[in-house]
Amino acid sequence: MVSNLQKSFGPTRALDGLDLSVATGEVHGFLGPNGAGKTTTIRILLGLLRADGGEAQLLGGDPWADPVALHRRLAYVPGDVNLWPNLTGGEAIDLLARLRGGLDQSRRTELIERFDLDPTKKGRTYSKGNRQKVALVAALASDVELLILDEPTAGLDPLMEVVFQDFINQAKAEGKTVFLSSHILAQVEKLCDRVSIIRLGKVVQSGTLAELRHLTRTSIEVETVRPFTDVSDLPGVHHVEAEDGRVKFAVDGEHLDEAVRALSQLGVRSLTSHPPTLEELMLRHYGDELRTNGIDADEVS
Amino acid sequence: MTTVATRAPAETGRADGGNAMSGTGTMLRFILRRDRIRLPVWIGVLTLAQVYYAALYPTVYATRADRMNQAQLYEDNPAFGAMTGPGHGLDDYTYGAMQSNELLGFMVVFVALMSVLLFVRHTRAEEETGRAELLRGTVLGRHAPLTAALLAVGGANILLGLLVAVGMASLGVESIDWTGSFAYGGAYAAVGLVFTGVAAVTTQVTEYGRAAAGTAGALIGVAYVLRAGGDMGDGTLSWFSPIGWAQGTRAYVDERWWPLGLALVVAAALVVAAFVLSTRRDLGAGLRQPRPGPATASASLGTPQGFALRLQRGGLIWWAVAMFAAGAMYGSFVDIMEDYSDNEMIQNLLEDVGGTSLTESWLSTVVSLLAIVCTVFAILAALRPRREETSGRAESVLATPLSRTRWVATHVVVAMAGGLGLLLATGAGLGLTAAASTGDAGMLWDILGAILAYAPALWLTAGLTVAVFGLVPRAIGLAWALLVYAVFITYFGGILDLPGWVRDLSPYNHIPLMPADDFSAAPLLVLTVLAGALIAAGLVGFRRRDVEGN
Repeated sequence: MVSNLQKSFGPTRALDGLDLSVATGEVHGFLGPNGAGKTTTIRILLGLLRADGGEAQLLGGDPWADPVALHRRLAYVPGDVNLWPNLTGGEAIDLLARLRGGLDQSRRTELIERFDLDPTKKGRTYSKGNRQKVALVAALASDVELLILDEPTAGLDPLMEVVFQDFINQAKAEGKTVFLSSHILAQVEKLCDRVSIIRLGKVVQSGTLAELRHLTRTSIEVETVRPFTDVSDLPGVHHVEAEDGRVKFAVDGEHLDEAVRALSQLGVRSLTSHPPTLEELMLRHYGDELRTNGIDADEVS
Repeated sequence: MTTVATRAPAETGRADGGNAMSGTGTMLRFILRRDRIRLPVWIGVLTLAQVYYAALYPTVYATRADRMNQAQLYEDNPAFGAMTGPGHGLDDYTYGAMQSNELLGFMVVFVALMSVLLFVRHTRAEEETGRAELLRGTVLGRHAPLTAALLAVGGANILLGLLVAVGMASLGVESIDWTGSFAYGGAYAAVGLVFTGVAAVTTQVTEYGRAAAGTAGALIGVAYVLRAGGDMGDGTLSWFSPIGWAQGTRAYVDERWWPLGLALVVAAALVVAAFVLSTRRDLGAGLRQPRPGPATASASLGTPQGFALRLQRGGLIWWAVAMFAAGAMYGSFVDIMEDYSDNEMIQNLLEDVGGTSLTESWLSTVVSLLAIVCTVFAILAALRPRREETSGRAESVLATPLSRTRWVATHVVVAMAGGLGLLLATGAGLGLTAAASTGDAGMLWDILGAILAYAPALWLTAGLTVAVFGLVPRAIGLAWALLVYAVFITYFGGILDLPGWVRDLSPYNHIPLMPADDFSAAPLLVLTVLAGALIAAGLVGFRRRDVEGN
């Protein structure tokens, strides 16, 4: 989808050789903190910004050279939805959908009802969450191949978050591709097939959640028959805490097998393990930033 | 900036226990910090323009005889009164009397505009964007933002008045003395203060900054028209207008101070009204509650052109009504002109000029001024894509299969066709009343032809706006430069005896002055082609640049 993308705004380097690819039919999570370059990437993919270097391809076309044909096949929800003050929400939905080439009436009704949106209010009077619902309804009611969503639920309450997830799963079942920029990790964990993590204008990690997990640590809490003395000597083991015969530690993905073998020789009484959460994944990549702010990433995880 | 905005409110809050005025000082400093360029530019330009003209008069009217000649024109022709002032001091028409009679009424319109724009910018516009909420969440009294804006804008007006007074008096021009200069500067400040009060009230009533500024701006227009009507007739109407009060000080003739007092009383009453109204509404809300609208879009909104028209429809309708009314008002003056045309001296004078009738030459001037006012709409309409872009709304629309070029073009169509429609509405108002009051139906067609001839100049000026938008969007303010220049040339090009090429830079200078002059097609064609080129450049430029988000 994108390779070696570069974009600067004056002296600020927003994208620094970004590589990214999204497969047809998948829900792809695009993760990163504020200012990492998520929105800039999306704007380039929409042909709103021109890349300074590198190549962007969207649905097989060049978004800068041929935006109109590509936009026929996608729907976009911006991160910060602004509506026209003198148009009602319903009018804005119809307007955007018609510009996109029409919408499914029954779908529109269903979406408005499920999102609990009052379409008769004027744009100015909507809260942030309601403005986002307007853009979401317009996008989800359109018959398109690709949904590009830039932090679409940042202003939604948890109930609406669930509704949103239902509709994304439905879109996926219909074979639509979804590119979801987010910093809500739980959302990405629930919805996304693959994830790309962006940091300072570069993608630092990309793959399925399972693949990413393999690259990181699993937490283990174990109670053994014989005391576990030399756990710290095992390769790839960190944060050992021992207490009343119980030991807690984290182990790197590639050394998990050795650790479990060592444990089994000591006679395991009970064992709980949990895979790394996405939060831990993120913290690993942003660890050095946190450290400069006086927080130790390892402690947080 | 951050330090001032965040730390100081807490200090103030502690000092006076958090009453309704807490934080006013901080807000005031915050406003001055935000406008550290804007305020000095407004005050500086207005002061310099005034002092510059005052210094120029002695070179234009070198002798007393020149000035008395000008005074004679006033006495003979009420239309001059409508365009300038009440005609005081004509029996001894000094340089000072010329200033307060001919220039003051025009200049204070800009003072009023400054007051309204600055005031709305710091009050309603802040609430509209939600920034006010951010500040009100700190230790800031409920009246603090309004009070601070009043102090800032009121202070700017008083400073402007003082600078004008000192600037004028230090010129050393004969008859421009210190007493008169203080009356003159006081008149500046008085008009500014009254319209600060007007803006304070309109910002309470309406929910949007644009509507608040628009309402107050319309009231400036009403004040100008009342003054014009009064100065043509017996002067009664002028006393209903703050601009009339300013001229009522009769600076440099026989100064009267009580009109300034009247202005202060009215300004104070308006401010009190604003405070009372502000306690009756919520932050961000107007006194008028918004009503629910349609849940679905009408068929016309779905087309790109229908969408652009829908966004600008309200503005266009109000402009058309206002321009029709303004045209009709000027048209009703025509029969007064006709009475004066019988005056033998005027007829002799006009024969010297070129054999046209007094009414026709006056109509040519009115038509050119009204055409310039119509251009303001065309520029605003052509600026719409930029507003959509910076507010982030363009992003949603441009992510649909609507091409950038087509999107801008829909707004250009509204600007150009809407501008033409406004010229038509203005001409209809002017022509219908002129024809009715003289009983000469042919006048309607003459006037319509005369004002429609300004369409190419309007297109060119709005076309420049499109070009600036596409090529140098950050310098969007340039869009207004040509219009300001055209106003300057139209009003002062003749008086200041500027060289021909300086005047020719204004597109309006190339339009045949119908009905006084004959029609000529060539300049109109050239201007139209240039307008087309500018629009094309803007469209191409926008296709090639980044769309800026918010």
